[in-house]
Amino acid sequence: MSSILVVDDSISMRQMICFTLKGAGYEVEEGGDGVEALEIARGRTFDLVLTDVNMPNMDGITLTRELRTLPDYKFIPILVLTTESAGNKKQDGKGAGATGWIVKPFSPDKLLSTISKVLA
Amino acid sequence: MALDMEKFRQTYIEESFEGLDVMEQGLLELEFGDPDIEEINTIFRAAHSIKGGSGTFGFDEVTSFTHVLETLLDEMRSLTRNVSDEAVNLLLESVDILRDMFTAWQEKEPVDKVRAAEVQAKLEALMKGSSAVAPPPAVAEAPVAPDVSAQEGKDSSIVTGWKIQFIPHDHMLMTGNEPVRMFRELEGLGELSAVLNADNLPKFDQLDPEACYVFWNMTLIGDVSKDQVLEVFEWVDEDCELNLEPIVSGAGVSQGVSSEGVVAESSAAPSSVETKAEVAPIVARKAARKKDTNKQMNSIRVDIDKIDILINMVGELVITQSMLSQIGGSDEEFTEDRIERMTDGLDQLERNTRELQESVMRIRMLPISFVFSRFPRMVHDLGQKLEKKIELKLYGEQTEMDKTVMERIGDPLVHLVRNSIDHGIERPATRLAQGKPESGVVELDAYHQGGSIVIEIRDDGAGLNKERIVAKAVENGLLSEGESLSDEEVNDLIFQAGFSTAESLSDVSGRGVGMDVVRKNIKALNGSVGVTSTQGKGSVFTIRLPLTLAILDGQLIRVGEYIYILPLVSIIESIQVIQEHINAIAGKAELYKLRDEYIPIIRLYETFNVTPDQAQLEDGLLVIVEGDGRKVGLFVDELLGQQQVVIKSLKTNYRDVEGVSGATILGDGTVALILDVPGIIQFSQHRMAVVHASLFQMGHEGDPLH
Repeated sequence: MSSILVVDDSISMRQMICFTLKGAGYEVEEGGDGVEALEIARGRTFDLVLTDVNMPNMDGITLTRELRTLPDYKFIPILVLTTESAGNKKQDGKGAGATGWIVKPFSPDKLLSTISKVLA
Repeated sequence: MALDMEKFRQTYIEESFEGLDVMEQGLLELEFGDPDIEEINTIFRAAHSIKGGSGTFGFDEVTSFTHVLETLLDEMRSLTRNVSDEAVNLLLESVDILRDMFTAWQEKEPVDKVRAAEVQAKLEALMKGSSAVAPPPAVAEAPVAPDVSAQEGKDSSIVTGWKIQFIPHDHMLMTGNEPVRMFRELEGLGELSAVLNADNLPKFDQLDPEACYVFWNMTLIGDVSKDQVLEVFEWVDEDCELNLEPIVSGAGVSQGVSSEGVVAESSAAPSSVETKAEVAPIVARKAARKKDTNKQMNSIRVDIDKIDILINMVGELVITQSMLSQIGGSDEEFTEDRIERMTDGLDQLERNTRELQESVMRIRMLPISFVFSRFPRMVHDLGQKLEKKIELKLYGEQTEMDKTVMERIGDPLVHLVRNSIDHGIERPATRLAQGKPESGVVELDAYHQGGSIVIEIRDDGAGLNKERIVAKAVENGLLSEGESLSDEEVNDLIFQAGFSTAESLSDVSGRGVGMDVVRKNIKALNGSVGVTSTQGKGSVFTIRLPLTLAILDGQLIRVGEYIYILPLVSIIESIQVIQEHINAIAGKAELYKLRDEYIPIIRLYETFNVTPDQAQLEDGLLVIVEGDGRKVGLFVDELLGQQQVVIKSLKTNYRDVEGVSGATILGDGTVALILDVPGIIQFSQHRMAVVHASLFQMGHEGDPLH
């Protein structure tokens, strides 16, 4: 089963996402901010990384950029969770090497259909 | 997939409350003009998280409200907007509104939309106002684009398919996007055929294995809208060249797509994101509207370490117990050695029990920051209202105290802090004239001392004005003219009922009903409050509270064959009675002259109708206690030890008894009553009235007793 790293500083968001993903049979690990996530990512690989943008310590854009420098994460899909539909955050994400984005708010169904796009 | 959002809503609400606290705290620390960007970022993140979850968890009012808030904060953090006083106050007001919204949800009450709309309008007005350095970001442009694509989407009804030319830029794979997955998705939409074009593939020695050199020409047949196709390529619209051409019915499927195709079409791609964003909330709303929120929690969060310690201790207890039963349970004769081991075991049991008790008590302990946290905001608001500059400093926020005590100390503390700001701290001009710094300092400090918690409220304001206090006390009949009091006694006057020296009554500190209530509330917690003050330099209010309400530091006293317990905090001193100082007054009332004071005597054996060892005052002891601001001498036979006693409620086990606040079980198993000093004074009030009358007489006739 595919493994997913979920990074969000909001506990409720993380709970919802993880519950949804686990319910769909994915293996899930959680990180509370970029620094934590990077630490987890250095220890093992995932098939997908889902990260929030605005987080303390290290934001999602920086996390994406950092992950792309790791050999194991060169081609791994990274999706950023963003509320800023104005577009610049998405472009920031893309610029840092993110695969795509999911716009908040999203329903569990939307989440699953979106990640199925990038998971084989 | 149907998912019950309910379980996450509660987490979301709690988290939002925490976020609002963070925002409030951050806003209060913001410095106008030269704000700390990291601070604004923290505030922004909190607002952003609240907004982020709001749509997903079905709090639509929050979403629309926080949107303006977020935009404003975003401008602040990108330095396109000044951090003005007005903006900060509006933001603080917004925090209040959001807090009210969440509270309303939690209590299943309707949300006050009117007030929210008012503040939202104010925020919007501020955004449009001239204080913006740059125009607000063009959020409003978004709706234009979807219209176009919607138009084209309608046209697609006669469209039978699409010709798609997909030319990935060579770095596309490095964004984690995989053409195969996109093709799979397209296949889900209709009938797909793709032709790979590898013309651009370089020679092998020049080939970068991580780059993408190939492109595809595809035809997708089916009832597919342009939006649907664009959505597949949404994430790569900047990483590829995408050419779309509708296949209109009747047009040849085989018609080739020009390889020189321009990017014109893909410019519409970003717009599809906007339409998605509008659809999603509806879905989320449906999912979240299942049930109402949970009831408000009556729980406390306990640090996991505390639980671990507890479990550890119970483990120890079990070991001790098995050791003791082994020693006690064997049929062998009790040898000296065995008795010794038994004694050791019992010592250990005592230690275990004590530690266990302490740890269990500690579970109810919370850091006082729970109470302190409300003050920065309050001080800020009060400062604004009273046009005073105030700096609040908090110390000892991690000092722990019992949850019940904490809940009940909040209001008295608020009152004292307000009092310090209203009456203590002077206006900036007055302060400058007196050579003090313009802004006043109010300090809140909490620390443990012995078995109690001490909370101090210090200010560097005007201090108590002794002359005015005395004048006021005389005016209010609390004091007779010419009476000389020590500084301490003067300061104490402000805690008397019906006392207020504020020259103009403000809506901040109320009408002098405050301080006596403060003292009463603190006394009800078995605590005490006092004040020291230096005129012109400031005042210090000191509150002393017991660590917990479940355990009391008690003084055991004996009257006849009964043992009673007096709360140690209520005892001032215990004295041996000197006969000359006893004054019997009209009827049965008796007074004792202690230094310069006349103290009514209450014979406890009469109150409780028991037979004493001694009925003669000079044979027994007088315990001087204080309750409700009045001093009385309790006549007892003997003082026994002092010990901590566990308070058992009489009400739940029997019924309320006047003069008794509870009971406890002593080491030998007997029940001892815990005396309620104010209650006992009340109980003997009939006689007190007589005493007071005679005291009053004495006040006028000088001192007839000597």
